[in-house]
Formats: sequence, structure tokens, C-alpha cells
Amino acid sequence: MSEEVVLHRALGLTDSERDEIEALLGREPNHLELALFAVMWSEHCSYKSSRIHLKRLPTEAPHVLVGPGENAGVIDAGDGIAVAIRIESHNHPSAIEPYQGAATGVGGILRDIFTMGARPIAVMDPLFFGDPTEAKQQWLIEGVVAGISGYGNSVGVPTIGGDLTFDPCYAQNPLVNVLCLGVLPTERLVLGQASGVGNLAVLLGSATGRDGIGGVSVLASAGFGGESAEEEAAKRPSVQVGDPYEEKRLIEACLELLDLKLVVGIQDLGGAGLVCATSETAARGGVGMDVDVSAVPRREAGMEAYEVMTSESQERMLAIVTPEDLARVQEVCARWEVRSAVVGRVTEPPADGPGRLRIMDGFDGEVLGDVPAVALADDAPLYQRPLERPADLDVRLADDPGVMPAPADCGDDLLQLLFDPSWVYRQYDHQLFLNTVEGPGGDAAVLKLAAPGLPDSKRGLALSTDSNPAWCSLDPRLGTAATVAEGALALACAGATPKAVVNCLNFGNPEHPEVMWQLSEAIDGMAEACRGLGLPVIGGNVSLYNESFGRDIDPTPVIGSLGLIEHLARRPPGVTMPAGSTLVLLDGGVEVDGPSLAGSRWAVGVCGHRNGTLPPLDLEGHRRLINFVGALVAEAVAPAVPGVEDLVVGIHDVSAGGLAVALAELAVRSGVGFSVSGITGHHQLFSEAPSRVVVATNRPKFLTQRAESAGVRARILGTAGGDRLVVEGLVDLDLAATTASWRNRLPQLLDELAPA
Amino acid sequence: MAPRIGVVVFPGTNCEHDARVALESLGASAELVWHGSSDLSEFDAVVLPGGFAHGDYLRPGAIARFSPVIGAVEAFAAAGGPVVGICNGFQVLCEAGLLPGALQKNRGLRFLCQNVTLEVANDTSVLTRGVAVGTRLVIPINHFEGNYTCDAETLQRLQEEDRIVVRYAENPNGSVDSIAGVSNEAGNVVGLMPHPERATDVLLGSTDGITLLEAFIASAATKV
Repeated sequence: MSEEVVLHRALGLTDSERDEIEALLGREPNHLELALFAVMWSEHCSYKSSRIHLKRLPTEAPHVLVGPGENAGVIDAGDGIAVAIRIESHNHPSAIEPYQGAATGVGGILRDIFTMGARPIAVMDPLFFGDPTEAKQQWLIEGVVAGISGYGNSVGVPTIGGDLTFDPCYAQNPLVNVLCLGVLPTERLVLGQASGVGNLAVLLGSATGRDGIGGVSVLASAGFGGESAEEEAAKRPSVQVGDPYEEKRLIEACLELLDLKLVVGIQDLGGAGLVCATSETAARGGVGMDVDVSAVPRREAGMEAYEVMTSESQERMLAIVTPEDLARVQEVCARWEVRSAVVGRVTEPPADGPGRLRIMDGFDGEVLGDVPAVALADDAPLYQRPLERPADLDVRLADDPGVMPAPADCGDDLLQLLFDPSWVYRQYDHQLFLNTVEGPGGDAAVLKLAAPGLPDSKRGLALSTDSNPAWCSLDPRLGTAATVAEGALALACAGATPKAVVNCLNFGNPEHPEVMWQLSEAIDGMAEACRGLGLPVIGGNVSLYNESFGRDIDPTPVIGSLGLIEHLARRPPGVTMPAGSTLVLLDGGVEVDGPSLAGSRWAVGVCGHRNGTLPPLDLEGHRRLINFVGALVAEAVAPAVPGVEDLVVGIHDVSAGGLAVALAELAVRSGVGFSVSGITGHHQLFSEAPSRVVVATNRPKFLTQRAESAGVRARILGTAGGDRLVVEGLVDLDLAATTASWRNRLPQLLDELAPA
Repeated sequence: MAPRIGVVVFPGTNCEHDARVALESLGASAELVWHGSSDLSEFDAVVLPGGFAHGDYLRPGAIARFSPVIGAVEAFAAAGGPVVGICNGFQVLCEAGLLPGALQKNRGLRFLCQNVTLEVANDTSVLTRGVAVGTRLVIPINHFEGNYTCDAETLQRLQEEDRIVVRYAENPNGSVDSIAGVSNEAGNVVGLMPHPERATDVLLGSTDGITLLEAFIASAATKV
């Protein structure tokens, strides 16, 4: 007994979870069964700490075809086209082995998308690191970006955007999130379920090795800290190794199988490997499954059954096919040089209970393990973990950064906040498929709604990923709501109507009550903002235990927003301002005299002041702004009307860095200076109060009139032109010098690593 | 009749649809050809598109050169048929010995996906016939191994025989003599690293690739 107690704990199960398993089975579980439960009931697979809270999110809308809980969320985009979207984290593997951690993150999420029958057409990568001047962070940045580039480019899916955030809280625990979008003819939509007793489970793709065993339990469901270099190295085999060429052939083979209607159901093998794919497909289909471990192609000899079942070897899929179609399935796979092996059979559930997952040594051989499939997939204990508002929060909220002295020169501080992320995205193929109308670097990425095999459409897609950990650390509810609001506004700046969001909730250790409070608040904030803006949440991922040495990261909910452009006939104006145009600030926010600097990049990044009470968010006003801006830009992307000049010739949302950074980015990206007046102080310059957009227009009078009748405040800031960035009384910078500083910031830090 | 252009697909190729779509938008008829095929005689021209043929295992093009279709490309080229290799296709043509030189890793050792300005250097190849020398075109590059290299003697021959097809206005990757594309002696086989098919739609930002693809389609139409 004592030996077994050690075993279940070593596998990551608590004593009470072990007892629950025994009660479910009506007998003592054997080693294999314990191993299956350990991975399936891990935090990463079961969401046991977060599921109770996630139920509070709105998930429905008429255009939602598939909501949360499946491999990806799917919406109806019209014209017979559906769009699948998902976001995930690959934080812990990337901390240990940045190249492979990030690479396999891309690979994993692509499989989630083509599992739905969709062709993956775009990836976005929000990344969070510590101080980029430190050598270890440079190693992480270099490795993660190279991993995404190496895998994504080769597998042939463009990486069209992302985010890059630096904060010391990520120094030991970088965050690597990845969002993937796919498209499919609506009628091809498939779900990951097994059905039809007697049907076969065919394992496609790579052979199974010992890589990634315990990835979900050892790595993803525990924090970092206190390890010696040897112990950290010892976790490295829990990181999988990716092969984009295998994945590319797997994608093409699976899409061809789906086109030919040769599969009943299909499921990717990701976290928890074969046990997850077999138990989830069986549970969803209400059937059982016999799995023959001896039939699983292996990369190495001497593997135990539990290793085969829980390995996270990459680039594998499980297809459910009828015996009659097996030969044709094998033919398609052979053409794409994809290995296929029958490893399972769909079985009838017993009369008195749910379908069983039986692990066998040969279909007629010894039964090595026998558990209800649904117990693995759905019966993990749900924890209502204790919540506690942080004790120091009131003190922090009262400590307003407004008391910080005004900068001697706002221009100097502005320069510190400017950096061009193109060092990152130049390494990503962001153009494949001839869809990328607006690539990385702008407010939202814009794609044509097109792919091989899709019906023709005039529509476009807009995508954005957003986060605001500095805000969420002060007020996770408002911070998350503001993040949702920012994403929706970014879509509007591209002329899109926001349709749905997905979320990746990166938080610390859920056993810390303050972290659970943050998580619960963030979910409520997301729910409020989504309800207020009419957006369904169609998928998500929760990454907990982002802590090191007992210190949790700032709460980092990442929101992926998806919008539709009704008629994409012209390029959106984007982040630019033609010389001679007038700059107008559109504001749907709460009218205040001295806007709060709390949570701003200026307060946090320049002054190191992390406290204060955040500026408010008015969802009604924000919604008016989104509708107004979305309509304006939609006119600018629709076919031109002869004789009518567009109201918008350039646009940028006001977000990180406030108005100062928004104006400066417009200048450096268009190579045009500006002259702005009427800004009363550094508060107005650097505050990140939400619900604001800067628009460049040649028809300022008409624009302000239209804004006012739409219930949106409009204020003329000044004009674009010249070779200086001038905010009267506050900023006077040379355009060329500012552009050089913006452009060279990252290369100066990171390129000295590579030989010139 | 629109000229028929074969677009060769190896496992791991990923720009085949883009090449097909761009060629068809310019009036050609384009068809995908699997790498196991050993006859291209029904086509008027052949494109080897970009991607990672056979995963770029060993090095780009090193395994693709053994695919059956390469023998057919050789025969097609020997008969004077127009052939263009784009990006990975250029790497394959060099490995197969249909073009001189090789593509090594970019100076700076990073993948580069960005617009570059090209200068047309030759007006007789199948990709540039009738295009004025010195014409400047904005076309994206998308590669890790695009740094063209060859020995001094080969470079001198390429220069003397007017076989440098396009050059970078600002060298992004360290290529010798800023070479972005070269041709064989007859001018009917061209390889280039930039992707003209990515610059054929005003929605995507540049239409300068049309100049090259139209010249190529015209070459296909006049193939004897």
C-alpha cells in the first residue's frame, strides 16, 4: 500500500482523487489506470479549478455553430463558410525549452483546427517575457520566435500577428500563447466523436515515443521554482519535439479524408496523448472503445502500456472510420506518406453503464486496464477553491500615480515607450495563401475570407489578440473587461463587426486564494464586457501554475477577437496619416477632467509605479464608438463611391502608452510628423483611458458632425505633416530620430546574438 | 487557348495554390502536378513553387531533386520549355543542377518575410522578356536560405552572359552581387527567391509581380 500511495502522488494525483477513482471503479486501480486518470484529471486537461467559474461566460449567439468544450469554436461567416478559432498556451514547455516549446504549441493548435474539418489559415502569437535587456530573456525571446518561425513557416500556415509584452513578472515564467484560425465549407463541419459500434480507430501520423510523457501533469500543472539546473534539465524530456513536415502531410491527408467523407469522426492527439483522444471521442459518442496498445507504432522498444497511452509525441491524429472505408483511408495516407495503424474498435456500452475504455495487449489479448471512458473525460473532481481578495489591494488602489512628478520632458519618456515589433514578425511568413490584407503591426490583422476549396466570398476577417496584465493586476474584473473592449475596438478600426471572442487565461497558482480571486474576477469582467458588447465566448484555455519561486505572474487573460468585414474591396486605411490630413480624437469613454494614469505604460514602465485606481470603462459609450468607427471604416473598405471622398484616411486605437504612443506610432509608420495642441498635461498624454481612437481625415467638419450625432465625442487635435512630432508645450521630437529609436530598439538588443 | 502551366507539388510544398491562383488571375490555365509524375510534355510551362519540399530535410532541395518529376523538368527544359522556380523551387533547381550556384542561409541567420525592391537586370529570360532593364518592382521575399552564392568563375559567366535576371536594390540576405534570380544559358529556366505571386492583388499591397508573371505566361504562349 505504501508503495502505491507514493505512486499516485508521483503521478500528480491527490489522496482524495485516488480514493474517488477507486470508488468509480469499485476496486483498486492498477498502475496503468492510475496513470490514465493522472493525466486526464490533471488541471491542464480537466479544468478542475476553473470550470465552475467558466460557466458564467455567455456562449451563445445565432451565428455560433460550435461553442466552448469542443476542439475549437466555430461561427457561421455566411456565404456557406464557417470559421473555426482556438487559443492555447504553451507556457511551461517554452520556459524549459523555448524553441520546441513554442514550435509544438503551433503544431498542437493547428491539429485542433483541422480536427474540425477546417483548413488552418492563420496563427497569432501573444508573447510575454521579462526584461529584454537580460541575457536569459534574450535567449527565451530568440528561441520562442525561432520556434514559431521554424515550425509555422514550414508547416505552411501564416503567422499574421500577435503581441509582445515585457514585464519582470514573466522573467522565470514566460507566456507563449497561440491562436489559430481555420476556414471550412459549412457542410464539412465535423466533431471529435466516435460512433458506430464496430468502427475502427485509426492512428495517423508519427510513431509514438517517450517524449512528452506527463507533459500535462508534471509540467503544465505545477509551478516553477527552487529547482537546481539539473532538476530543470530533468523536466526537459517532458517537452515534446515537433516535426512540421510530418504535420504538413498530416494536415493535407486529413483534409483529403474529410473531403472524401471517409471519416466518421476525427480527433487530434495533444495533451495526454492517446488516452485523451480515445476517451474523449468515446465519451462524446456515448460508446466504448477497445484500444490495442500493441498495434501502436513505436519509436523505441520496451515502452510500457502507460507510456504508449500517455505519450505526447507530436503530429498524430485519431480517425474513426468504417471497416469498409479502411482501405481507401490507407490509400490516401500512403500517398501523403502518412503512417496509419488500426489501434482501436468502437464498442457497445454495457447495458448497465457507460462505454468502457479497455486497454488491451492485442484485441484478443490480455486486458491491461478497463475504465469508463466518461470517467476519464468528464468526471474529474471540480474544485471550488478558496477565493480571497488580496489584503494589500485597497492600499494599492489608493496609491495613485498622479502624485508622481510630471516628466521633465514628455518626449524622452515617450521614446522609452516606443518599439517596433517587426524584428519578431519579419521572421514569420505572414503572407501565405494570398489572404493577408493587413499583416502584423497594425490594430487588427485583416484577411480575405478565402482558401482552396471554399465558396467565393466578398467578406473579410479581422483578428486581434489583446491583453493588459498591468490593469488586471490592479483590477482583474475591469482589466479583463477593458481587454475585451480593446479587442472589439481594434476590429472596428479595420471596418469589421465583432462576432466572437476566445480567451486564454494565464494565471498563477490556483492553490493561492488571491489567484483564484483574480481568476474569478477576470471571468466576471469578461462576461460583463461580452454581454455589454453582444459577443459570445466560443472557446478558451486556462493555464494555471504560472509561478516561480512562490511568486505568481500578474493575471494575464489574453482575448482573441474575431470580426467580419461585410465587403472587403479596398485596403483598410490602417495605422497611417497622410500629410495635410486632420487628426481627430473620437472618444466614447467617460468624460473626466484629469484621467487616471493607473496601470499605464508610463506609470508602470517608465516610473515603476504599479498602483492606483484605473480609469473607468463605460460599455454603452464603448459600444457606440465601436458601431460608429466600424461603420466609418467599413465605408472605406467597401467599393469606392464615385465622387465621394472617404471620411477616414488613417486610424489608430489609443491603447498601450495612451494618446502619446498612438500619435507617435501614426507618425513613425507613415513617415509624417504632426502638430497637436490643447493637451493639458502628461495625464492626458499618457493615460490609457479606454474607448478612444485617433482618426486622420480630410473632412474634419463632416466627421465631427457625424460623430456627435452618433453619440461619440470628437475633438480636433491638430494636423499631420512636417518632420517633427509636436504636442504643444509637452513634446517636440525629430521624426527621423524618433523613427530610428523605434525601429532599432529590438534589433539593438537581440541582433548582436547572431553573427552579422 | 490559355497556355497550360503545370505547378509541381512535392510533399511539403506550400505555395502551390498561391501560384495557381495568381497565374489563373492573369489568364493562364494552371494545374497542380504531383511530384511522382514523370511527364510534363502536355504543359506549355512549368512552375516549381515555394515551400519546404520534403521538409527541407538535409538542406532545401536536396531530396526533392530525386523526385521522379525532376527528370521530367529536365526533359521539359532541354526541349526549350519555360520553367521558373520560385523560392524553394529555385533551391530545387540549383540542387538539380538546372541552375548554377546555391542558396545558403541568410546573412544574419534569420528568416526574412518582407517586401524588397527588385531591379530587373535582363530582358530576355522567360520571366523578364520585354521588361525594360532597370525596372523596379516591389515584391516580397520569404526565406531563410536565400543568400545566393557561386564561385568567382560562375559569377563572371553569369554577368558576361547576361544571366542575372533580377537583383535586390538593397541586399537583404547577403547574396553575391545582390542576385535575386538567375537563368540558365538558354534563358528558359529561371530561379528567383522573391515571390511574384504574392504581389498580384492590389488588396495585398503590390501588383508588381504581375509584370514578371505576365512575361512568363507570354513565354508559355509562344513555346514551340
